[in-house]
Amino acid sequence: MPFSFHTVSALVLRYLFLYTRHPVRFVELIFWPLVDLLVWGFLTIYLQKQAAGGFPTTITFLIGGMILWDVLFRSQQGVAISFLEDVWTRNLLNVFVAPVRTVEYVAATCMVGILRVGVTLVVLSVVAAAAYGFNLAHLGLALLPFLANLLLFGWFLGMVSTALILRWGQAAESLAWAVPFFIQPLAAVFYPVSVLPGWLQPIANSLPCTPIFEGMRTVLSGRPIPWGIIQNAFLLNLVWGALAAWFFAANLRHVRKTGLLVKVATQ
Amino acid sequence: MPSATPILEADRLVKVFGDSTALEGLSFTVAEGETLGLLGVNGAGKTTAMNLLLGLTTPTSGTVRIFGMDLWKHRIKILRQVNFSSAYTSLPSNLLVWQNLAVFARLYRVPHPKQRIDELLEVLDITQLRNSVTGRLSAGESTRVNLAKALLNKPRLLLLDEPTASLDPDIADRVRKLLRRLQTETGLSVLYTSHNMRDIEEVCDRMIFLHGGKVLAEGTPDEVKTRFNQASLEDFFIGVARGEIEAIGIQ
Repeated sequence: MPFSFHTVSALVLRYLFLYTRHPVRFVELIFWPLVDLLVWGFLTIYLQKQAAGGFPTTITFLIGGMILWDVLFRSQQGVAISFLEDVWTRNLLNVFVAPVRTVEYVAATCMVGILRVGVTLVVLSVVAAAAYGFNLAHLGLALLPFLANLLLFGWFLGMVSTALILRWGQAAESLAWAVPFFIQPLAAVFYPVSVLPGWLQPIANSLPCTPIFEGMRTVLSGRPIPWGIIQNAFLLNLVWGALAAWFFAANLRHVRKTGLLVKVATQ
Repeated sequence: MPSATPILEADRLVKVFGDSTALEGLSFTVAEGETLGLLGVNGAGKTTAMNLLLGLTTPTSGTVRIFGMDLWKHRIKILRQVNFSSAYTSLPSNLLVWQNLAVFARLYRVPHPKQRIDELLEVLDITQLRNSVTGRLSAGESTRVNLAKALLNKPRLLLLDEPTASLDPDIADRVRKLLRRLQTETGLSVLYTSHNMRDIEEVCDRMIFLHGGKVLAEGTPDEVKTRFNQASLEDFFIGVARGEIEAIGIQ
């Protein structure tokens, strides 16, 4: 049996116990995104008032960008923070000597990513609709492929973050939070790729999330769903997924060879 | 009485980390029902050996066969019948004891997990800790909860890394007696590392003393004492640590 959902469910159960035992964990899931939403929301209102009709209503791009960025970020955090939880609680060795395949362990952290995204997305959508009249459902059918692509890319960034922490140990823990922000300036979250210098644009366009944010602005502007852009994002995700899996597996092999796995797990 | 069937076979294990050689061709077996002690001064290679046997570190050369299967080719199948407890790992501190055990019971596909957990809590005399927060347990309680986790899947082979480290003599004695009883009742094979010579004398059928990544001595605790003309294992240990005992009589 190459992959066991039973094993994945056991690992996910652990996180469910953790979150249900400590409601403060939900606060952590909701607090920062809400702060971001409030800041961007009020900034949007202010800009709209200042513009006195001169600004297009599409300034709601800011709120849309913020919410979709949070999907990517929470998905990445689901993978990277779940791994760090095992390091912090010195439980990693117990998991690695249990009958758990690496792919099952990664899949469980990805599932945690989905749960984290789900909670945050529901709260942000409700608050954005109630406070600013921004309805995520305006993205229509495009919403699902947008979310799917961001979720996937978040997982892959999470795998890269985890691989780096495995390789560099405690000193690299901050990468669990920093990795998504390395790419944020290029991801066209709040502005189109066209504002970037020409030499940065190919790099920006190689990120699977960039077409999604561009696509979001297209849909919010009332234009048809850009299916070509969505397809492009899926293709880029395939490439990034393969690279992230290779990078993670190569680093895991390296830390097993050098004994760093045990050092990271018992630090 | 241990049978002759080897449960674990380490064959010419070599592990090199950069310029340093942690293990130099370590070979040994653990028979079914046997408790083998792995001893050595700090840096002798015990932990490296344990990590190789658990698949946490890959050997530079050599093989590990458990239940007759190659560890790296049949890792998952083997690990379902093996378990591990160490003084240097812990279960997630923010979960309740039963929650931690329930998660590992599911990971090891333990049938009737609730019944098995209750049974182990009773055997280990920690039923009252069922709803305790794992991170608030004393060292002795924590060791017993870790042991409960290690026994959940009724392992055929149990690897214990200094299970009595940081325990007071009373609790250490209880843990040793418990291990002995479990070993007698279930025919469990155990590989046991410790710095506590009393552990080795009371719990182990046989011992291997590692020094500089090689086997310095092997046999029953009494055989080793006799061969090196030492009054106690502790004297033997100190003699090796201080360089007073040469590598003689290796077998």
